[in-house]
Amino acid sequence: MTTSSNASSEPAAATRPPEPIRVLVAKPGVDGHDVGAKLVCRALMEAGMSVVYTGLRQSPEAIAAAAREHRAEVVGLSIMSGAHLPLCEKVVASLRQAGMDHAVLMVGGVIPARDREALAALGVSAVFGVSATLDEVVRWVEQHGRRAP
Amino acid sequence: MSEDREQPSPVTWDSGIAIKPVYRASDVPQVVAADGEPGEFPYTRGIHPLMYRKRPWTIRQYSGFGTAAETHERFLYLIKHGNTGLNVAFDLPTQCGLDSDDPMAEGEVGRVGMAVDTLADIEEAFDGIDLNDITVSLTINGAAIPIMAMYFAMADKRGFPLRELRGTAQNDILKEFIGRGTWIFPVEPSLRLVGDTIEFCAREVPHYSPVSVCGYHIRESGATPAQEMAYGLAIACAYVEHVRARGLDVDEFAQGISFNFDIFGNLWEQVAKFRAGRRLWARIMQERYGARNPRAMQLRMIAGGGGGGLTVEQPLNNLVRSAYYALASALSGTQTMALCSYDEAFTIPSEQAARLSLRTMQILMLEVGACDTVDPLAGSYFVEASTAEMEAKIRTIMSDVDAEGGIVRAIAEGRVQADVNRQAYERQRRVDRGKIKKVGVNCFADDGAEPDVEFHPYRREKADEQVARLQAVRAKRDGAMVARTLEALARAAREGRNVMPAAMDAVKAYATVGEVCGALKQVFGTYKEPIRF
Repeated sequence: MTTSSNASSEPAAATRPPEPIRVLVAKPGVDGHDVGAKLVCRALMEAGMSVVYTGLRQSPEAIAAAAREHRAEVVGLSIMSGAHLPLCEKVVASLRQAGMDHAVLMVGGVIPARDREALAALGVSAVFGVSATLDEVVRWVEQHGRRAP
Repeated sequence: MSEDREQPSPVTWDSGIAIKPVYRASDVPQVVAADGEPGEFPYTRGIHPLMYRKRPWTIRQYSGFGTAAETHERFLYLIKHGNTGLNVAFDLPTQCGLDSDDPMAEGEVGRVGMAVDTLADIEEAFDGIDLNDITVSLTINGAAIPIMAMYFAMADKRGFPLRELRGTAQNDILKEFIGRGTWIFPVEPSLRLVGDTIEFCAREVPHYSPVSVCGYHIRESGATPAQEMAYGLAIACAYVEHVRARGLDVDEFAQGISFNFDIFGNLWEQVAKFRAGRRLWARIMQERYGARNPRAMQLRMIAGGGGGGLTVEQPLNNLVRSAYYALASALSGTQTMALCSYDEAFTIPSEQAARLSLRTMQILMLEVGACDTVDPLAGSYFVEASTAEMEAKIRTIMSDVDAEGGIVRAIAEGRVQADVNRQAYERQRRVDRGKIKKVGVNCFADDGAEPDVEFHPYRREKADEQVARLQAVRAKRDGAMVARTLEALARAAREGRNVMPAAMDAVKAYATVGEVCGALKQVFGTYKEPIRF
């Protein structure tokens, strides 16, 4: 843990519940570029969250099952290939089937602005492009990762 | 005078080498005197006596998308504009050994590269392209067996003698476990399959380079330039040792091992990396493996890409970056060059962007004198000193890997991946905080909204076309022959015989990429990724 990342999450500390936020980071489909996904995992872990990373080439069903097993409050999908629309659609359907549609969904990758509306309509709460900093991702999960019980 | 004595702020390369403000003759190590001429052992100055004075580097842009027909069209475009080789991009399902109608392939068919299901696709992609004039590099790793088999079968069916066929397959599976991720089988059988291709080519396709060892993707995943070279050479050693254990002499096969390295970052650091890497590889081949054939000792490479240095922000800056990266590559004596296009941080290059990459290399080659003389930086106090320091760094990393059980074990246990990932993280944090400068990103940045990206259009109907084409081939082929050849392939895999002849029979019967990989999966199983942080 770096002291700077603790310092940046300090303001939220007073309101933060004692249980760490549970996040599942997944790579759906066949895209093998996982540097970004692993960077996000590490940043969220350093911020004190409980993070599970699925590894590469996960089917929508496997992602939903992993989300369920981890009781994920946040599911983060990393998609660099451009296939974010069909992949998100399938993962959303699988999460619903697994009774995990209460999990907050975020997507990171190379995603054009014009696709963001369609992603939002699918139920994606946040999209992080290549320019997003790790602190931005951490802050967003801290603020939105826990829905009121 | 007092100003001169002030200490300037320290400069340290990513590889951990501290750079002095001034280099002097006394900094040049003794080893330089032993370097000899270009084209002579240990090849620090280049692997050919006259290098670009005799023949400039090959320009081989990475390309491929959609169907074989669309890719064929782009190939012709690139050749028309001066590409002297082809470097084929395959779509992700093909790279992962899946047919276009596999459920996991949905949405990905033809997206980031050309979709290949059967030999029919390979035949169409290279239709009318002269295999003598244009050497082809296949960027395929996990699914190298079916794709190499298809390429050889295509040449064979055209009546092109395999003994004369030139070209390269990337086929470096060990680095796929570190970065890029198109593995299929577990580590050990994957290594064995690479061994099969090397052995097969040594006997049947002697001018073909069956492996291009990629430091490139390890660097892109977060390794320093010194680690990129060290891990790359260690992986090459693993292939060499594996094939030697089959009883082949290095002089018979090691000329088939080529290299692929990255060029983004500090200009001088890349130059030192390449010069040091060449010297070290020659020594390793001679001292450790007893090579006598010069071609077995020469580090032949493509030095290009540079994607890790490009940014989505202010994308035209990438044109300037790639021009400097190309200079590093030329100054380092590469055999082949390819550049990531300015839009490649976010999409498949447009025709215009691809052409600008070609022009960048052509201007370097034809206008500014990059080909005037061999190894122009030789003898520079700074370059020679940093080359020696780089060599020492690379050696240290390689001995550390050896001391901890070797590169294959380090990869299988996920240790290299964890190290590289930690470094990528630390680097990203430093970029986010402005400690590492990226122009247009964390300094001289545009105000306001996040930059948008525009994609190469993805046409779903082309994917549907590909699926229909696959199904038509399946309907037309001799099913019994396919079943028989796939069974023979599985048997060769199980019995430890070289799988390449059986794979060629299977693809000639129009067995699909998915079927060939499926037959091998039955025997070898699939890889389970160790998740380590």
